[in-house]
Amino acid sequence: MNSKRPVNLDLSTIQFPLPALTSIAHRITGVILFIGLIFAFWALDTSLSSPAGFAAVSDALAHNFLAKLVAWGLLSALAFHFVAGIKHLLMDMDIGVTLEGGVKKAQITVVVSVVLIILAGVWVW
Amino acid sequence: MVTNITNLGRSGLSDWLLQRVSAVVLALYTLFIVGFLLLSPGLDFAAWSGLFSQTWMRIFSLLAFISLAAHAWVGLWTVTTDYLKPTGIRVAAQLIIILAIFVFLVWGIIVLWGA
Repeated sequence: MNSKRPVNLDLSTIQFPLPALTSIAHRITGVILFIGLIFAFWALDTSLSSPAGFAAVSDALAHNFLAKLVAWGLLSALAFHFVAGIKHLLMDMDIGVTLEGGVKKAQITVVVSVVLIILAGVWVW
Repeated sequence: MVTNITNLGRSGLSDWLLQRVSAVVLALYTLFIVGFLLLSPGLDFAAWSGLFSQTWMRIFSLLAFISLAAHAWVGLWTVTTDYLKPTGIRVAAQLIIILAIFVFLVWGIIVLWGA
């Protein structure tokens, strides 16, 4: 083996390929969604508890900027996690399991997620 | 051979299957809830609590919450075993996660049947 071949150990200069980035984003959004369950269960519990509770939740989602931001953030994480999950199921079905297919599916995941995230923002605001 | 004693299904293959089956249930539940909210613009308390008083909706929700518990455990188990190398910290984190999952599951059941 040629011992003089160049070795790059500077990790900050190594670029992750897109499928690696969507994979780590799938994990990060999963963790975010788990933490976000506190808000989701609170909203479900309160909105079903009484007419006043329902009014409190819908009022927060209609007028409270922070509540809207949390709702949009969680919907965004959900959208990406959902789309990346579909990508996983496609891979399980042996669809597009090639280098080119992997890059293409990662690109589609990003594009579809961005569209859904924008639509979620429109829905919340 | 490495023996795992903290993963849900005791084998990678059963975890793999559980993760996919629970994912499909959660995807269907998500589509249903989002679709219901989109199709009911002037939603009020009567219609909202009316939906959750239906037996089929309570069973569908319970199925989703149980799927959520399994899905979160398999996913977070994978993440914690990948990134938390010191055994003490990893097991402590996993205990907190399993406790949180238990709280969410009980909370969900109380919301569905408690009111």
